[in-house]
Amino acid sequence: MSETVASNLAAPRSGLPGLVDDWSVDKQTYHVPWGKAMMWIFLVSDTFIFSCFLVGYMTVRMTTAEPWPLPTDVFALSLFGSDPIPLILIAIMTFILITSSGTMALAVNYGYRRDKRMTAILMMVTAALGASFVGMQAFEWTKLISEGVRPWENPWGAPQFGSVFFMVTGFHGLHVTGGVIYLSIVAWKVSKGHYDKKGYEIVEITGLYWHFVDLVWVFIFAFFYLW
Amino acid sequence: MAYVPLADQDHELHDPHTFITKYVWSQDHKVIAIQYGGTAIFVGLVALFLSAMMRLQLGFPDTFTLIDPSSYYQAVTMHGMIMVVYLLTALFLGGFGNYLIPLMCGTRDMVFPFLNMLSFWVYLLSVIILLSSFFVTGGPTGAGWTLYPPQTITPGTPGHDTGILLMLISLGVFIIAFTMGGLNYVTTVLQARARGLTMMRLPLSVWGILVATILGLFAFPALLVSAIMMTFDLTLGTSFFMPAIMAAGEQLDYNGGSPILFQHLFWFFGHPEVYIVALPAFGLVSDVLSTHARKNIFGYRMMVWAIIAIGGLSFIVWAHHMYVSGMNPYFGFFFATTTLIIAVPTAMKVYNWVLTLWEGDIRLNTPMLFAIGFVFTFIHGGLTGLFLGNVVIDLPLSDTYFVVAHFHMVMGVSPVLVLFASLYHWYPKITGRMMDETLGKLHFWCTFLGTYAIYLPMHYLGFLGVPRRYYAMGSTDFIPESAQALNANITIAAIFVAVAQVLFFINVFWSLRNGKPSGNNPWGATTLEWQTPETPPKHGNWGPEMPVVHRWAYDYSVPGYHQDFIPQNVPGDFGVSEDHDHDTEMKSPQDAQ
Repeated sequence: MSETVASNLAAPRSGLPGLVDDWSVDKQTYHVPWGKAMMWIFLVSDTFIFSCFLVGYMTVRMTTAEPWPLPTDVFALSLFGSDPIPLILIAIMTFILITSSGTMALAVNYGYRRDKRMTAILMMVTAALGASFVGMQAFEWTKLISEGVRPWENPWGAPQFGSVFFMVTGFHGLHVTGGVIYLSIVAWKVSKGHYDKKGYEIVEITGLYWHFVDLVWVFIFAFFYLW
Repeated sequence: MAYVPLADQDHELHDPHTFITKYVWSQDHKVIAIQYGGTAIFVGLVALFLSAMMRLQLGFPDTFTLIDPSSYYQAVTMHGMIMVVYLLTALFLGGFGNYLIPLMCGTRDMVFPFLNMLSFWVYLLSVIILLSSFFVTGGPTGAGWTLYPPQTITPGTPGHDTGILLMLISLGVFIIAFTMGGLNYVTTVLQARARGLTMMRLPLSVWGILVATILGLFAFPALLVSAIMMTFDLTLGTSFFMPAIMAAGEQLDYNGGSPILFQHLFWFFGHPEVYIVALPAFGLVSDVLSTHARKNIFGYRMMVWAIIAIGGLSFIVWAHHMYVSGMNPYFGFFFATTTLIIAVPTAMKVYNWVLTLWEGDIRLNTPMLFAIGFVFTFIHGGLTGLFLGNVVIDLPLSDTYFVVAHFHMVMGVSPVLVLFASLYHWYPKITGRMMDETLGKLHFWCTFLGTYAIYLPMHYLGFLGVPRRYYAMGSTDFIPESAQALNANITIAAIFVAVAQVLFFINVFWSLRNGKPSGNNPWGATTLEWQTPETPPKHGNWGPEMPVVHRWAYDYSVPGYHQDFIPQNVPGDFGVSEDHDHDTEMKSPQDAQ
């Protein structure tokens, strides 16, 4: 196919013009399947959503006149009759979610080796870890609700605490839930051999989404639970 | 792992057989574009009707009793929101984006046709939700299109119970629709261009739509988040945007929220939104001007970089909408500076359009008239923007008719003129028939002169200090009798322009059957969409052979060639063809291997 455009060939340029040339070559800008490019663009867009949520959270935390409840007290849990341990549940949840990123990365690797069985298994493990994260989140919500936390009020101080908590963790939880469903569908299709001809990029694309959800959690964890 | 770029693949296209899959649940970008366009124009007419209601009230406050103060506010709100989001955004990106991107990029369809189809149906849902708010108790929201809390939510604002909720839900649904479409537009432009079609050979239409879509993908999240938070304030009683507040003599159950936060989030969306509407207009008008002036666009690369620069800058100017909001006064300095910097790439574009016309072989047909009309209205609207971008001048002019005149000139009339230019220009490709020139020119002169009759006097009203969003002025010392006379004149002009749009619709429907058959390339244009084997293009656009691009989009009047345009897919070197230096000689790494 190089003959058709052969009349246009010239030596590549360097520096900034070369950069522009690289980005503006014909056919495609990035040497990746379109699905992967599309996922990246979506994730950047989604980053803006979570950034807006977090900026909103920081703003109301500054504007509210009432004291902000102490996360170490609110998110403490007693295990087996011990004294309440601060942030123990959230530590476990974070650990699980980060671990699921690891299994996801392994799944991508096995996918490119075209090992259908291992890929599907690892993706299902990832989905199971994600589901257990959502389960623990449901437990955490139930506990806080039973203690009187509502979106419009809570027993310890600024009502915005509950508002932000339910909104941000809820929105992230929806992302995780969506990811679990997405992972399960792709894993099922992988096991059926659906991608033998098309290639296994889809596993990596799913992985991109999953890693993104995990990364967002790290920020939510840092800004909401540790601050 | 090796894979084949889209341009080199044999596309597996879904093959529609039944009427339903061909025209209703269609995945063909051209059908989706027409669906998007038709829906957008329909809601646009609703918004036009609302503006006529408002104008009748303002011009003849004692004669007509069509609307009361509440429905006046509702009309203001719905007119603004529909025009900006549901008409202009949807028509430029969903309509023209969908139609032109695959054709101009030389692909058979969008990369993800199913998602594209879903985008339209979700958009339709958002329109239905929005329009349904006219029929609920309390009517649609009357909070103004900016939906500023706390008054959006407090009792006393029209539609504070159900109308606002439907508005917020509709916006959320619209954003989902836009995201699905937008991902397709950006990915298609970046990843699926024809062989030989480098980014720096793309028509400016595609550049404008591409950058506008990227802006949309980054700006709409802020609106989504503010809509979600406001929905919670409204339904759950949270206090994100609501401070402790008294309304109608009662202490409401809110405290500690930040109304300014909403304004920041809203305008972080709202300002890029201006350019989401303007950038596609810039692109489309460049192509129309160049084609009908039979001349290459002046300074193509400068035009591309200006689009990118405007897109980038548009994210750091938002608080110039908030000089009177009570934010930190030092912000004003920063935002006024960035705002004025944006004037530089914008002015560059205007100079380039004018220089494109310079010594061109200008054909003053209907699309060209609308395109030149745009240059006029855009310069006028842009110049008043310099007034409002400066803090000290903005403070007295804020919330007067000067602002109304400014934004209607710059982002109301100007994009609409481009829409008409584009509709007249691409109608032959969409339908295979030409539109009637006489009717078209009549439509242009009525619209163009009429809009000046409407908006020029408004600047004067603004300098007098006449406030906007008032149902009636009453008798006030600083508003002279003459201002009221002016208001009546504006109303007459507005009704005239609104009625004149009938000419356009008559033309569209009449030409559908009776128009002169256009052939494939009636304007003698170079870009790929005019080089399809059939007009209107069949499903899959290109027949068996995919197009290969050999030149940039603007080879008009090249000396030594037998006609005054060289289509992009014609091979060969014809002496002094391309004006931009190096891109012509570019190759792709894949081809070199």
